Amino acid sequence: MDISSWDGTLSSSDFCLAAHAFTEKWKRINPVLPPWSWVPRPKSPWLASHEVEGYLSLENMCILRSCEEDHDEKSHKGNEEPNCLGKDEYIDNATLVQSYRQDVRYFDFHIVYSASYRVPVLYFRTYSSDGQPLLLEDIEKELPGNSTNVLMESKWTFITQEEHPYLNRPWYKLHPCGTSEWMKLLFLTDPSLGGSQGVPVELYLSSWISMVGQAVGLKVPLEMFNKRKE
Amino acid sequence: MDVEAMGREAQKYVWEGAIPLQIHLHESEVTTLPHPSPALVLAPRMGYLPLLLPLLKPHFSSTLPPGVDTIWFEYKGLPLKWHIPTGVLFDLLCAEQERPWNLTVHFRGYPGNILTPCEGEDSVKWSFINSLKEAAYIVNGNCKNVMNMSQSDQVELWHSVLNGNMETYQRVSSKLKLEKVGDQYVGKPNSNLLKSRTNTGETDTGGPVKTDKCFTLRDAVKALLPELFVEKTLIDEEIPRIELEEESRAPSDDESNTRNEEDVEEKQGENVECCCPSDDAETKLKLVRIQGIEPKLEIPFSWVVNNLMNPEHFLHICVFVKVPQAKPLPHDR
Repeated sequence: MDISSWDGTLSSSDFCLAAHAFTEKWKRINPVLPPWSWVPRPKSPWLASHEVEGYLSLENMCILRSCEEDHDEKSHKGNEEPNCLGKDEYIDNATLVQSYRQDVRYFDFHIVYSASYRVPVLYFRTYSSDGQPLLLEDIEKELPGNSTNVLMESKWTFITQEEHPYLNRPWYKLHPCGTSEWMKLLFLTDPSLGGSQGVPVELYLSSWISMVGQAVGLKVPLEMFNKRKE
Repeated sequence: MDVEAMGREAQKYVWEGAIPLQIHLHESEVTTLPHPSPALVLAPRMGYLPLLLPLLKPHFSSTLPPGVDTIWFEYKGLPLKWHIPTGVLFDLLCAEQERPWNLTVHFRGYPGNILTPCEGEDSVKWSFINSLKEAAYIVNGNCKNVMNMSQSDQVELWHSVLNGNMETYQRVSSKLKLEKVGDQYVGKPNSNLLKSRTNTGETDTGGPVKTDKCFTLRDAVKALLPELFVEKTLIDEEIPRIELEEESRAPSDDESNTRNEEDVEEKQGENVECCCPSDDAETKLKLVRIQGIEPKLEIPFSWVVNNLMNPEHFLHICVFVKVPQAKPLPHDR
């Protein structure tokens, strides 16, 4: 599909494609990181759904507060790409965990497709190392200062606590109503993301998560943005 | 009475609809003897349970333990989702439509791991506006009309819902220009469930194929829950048992409460399936309830949407299904 007429959204089946491509690429590029996995939608016992619906899950992701400030301003390329950590920095974090246990926050991230907005939506919850759930207020002050302001000031991202669409429990959610707009903008302005051939579905999720990840301190390694050389 | 007039009658009936509630304070929060009597309240269908706080607090305040109030409700042990309209909760959870509906209220011990937080009227208002935005997005592809509402319009709209004032609601909401659903006809089969246009006979995928067959409520339910309309040959040999109480109590219950927007879902596939629920004893679909009514499934879906939807522009369809009886020994099919 031609980018200029694209509205920034994607279909449910494209989301599935994108999700599988994203998962596989993430595993390939970041073997040290916990992998994303595709979780099929829980089915009611009395209905047999034939649709392949599900969501992406990344659980027990450890994000260290003390490291955030250091990496804020680093940029590997001189373009608009969001800040990304290279592989080595995650390995360093692993050794830091022992010394700074109190600063460790765990996150569960779920990426769920919204049929209403036709975009992915980030749901997350956060807890400390002893499993105690944390409140958003506790972590908000710890989120990377600069990037949070940029996103929070725009109407594009705000965080609320709502019901997880499949799990029937309260999760934090990054509101999707601006997503299609800034996805379109992202693809239009970044030549490496597609250009004239159209919207590459596989890159949708990497790009999307690089944006929303900033609001919650989830960094996406640069290599996720490289197009396949096959 | 013409169709339009019938529609307006229906809307009035729905807006004025209320559920008689008999609300008991949970034992753990009763600190005085004798136990307080239950509060009897008429709750608007279109309203939300936390909005009843001003009516309930005076009734129970003398007996409550010290502390901050965080009101929540439960029905037979199931904590109730506060962001779902009262009428929908009743239609869904109370198969036999018990009147008055007996609920238990809590002012303490909010189950934060089960229910999203509710901080009074503002939370409910936010949830309402959010749903309205979602509906607008589906209909128009953006929610600008809701976001650009003036502050006074937003306040007036919310108050019209609070007070059950249909005339005010209709006046203010008409400024949003959310189109009514036009009459739909069964068009070309395609695999997209959601459509965002409501023009007669047109689909996103191609030219219209008009037939004389109107898109009915049955067509809509079938499109959303095709599994409920299986052909006879595929049905279990087991004797189906009506498990309404049990299945409607499960917290992960939302399968039977299908939220459906103004859009018309076009049915999948070309084959006409056999089923008419009232004829075939083996079909799983037992009951469809909307705004406390069990509409005939032949009614054009556009009429149902336009006249029975809630103020946030969602149509809530409660579906009761038959569940096969559990076998004593586990068996792989």
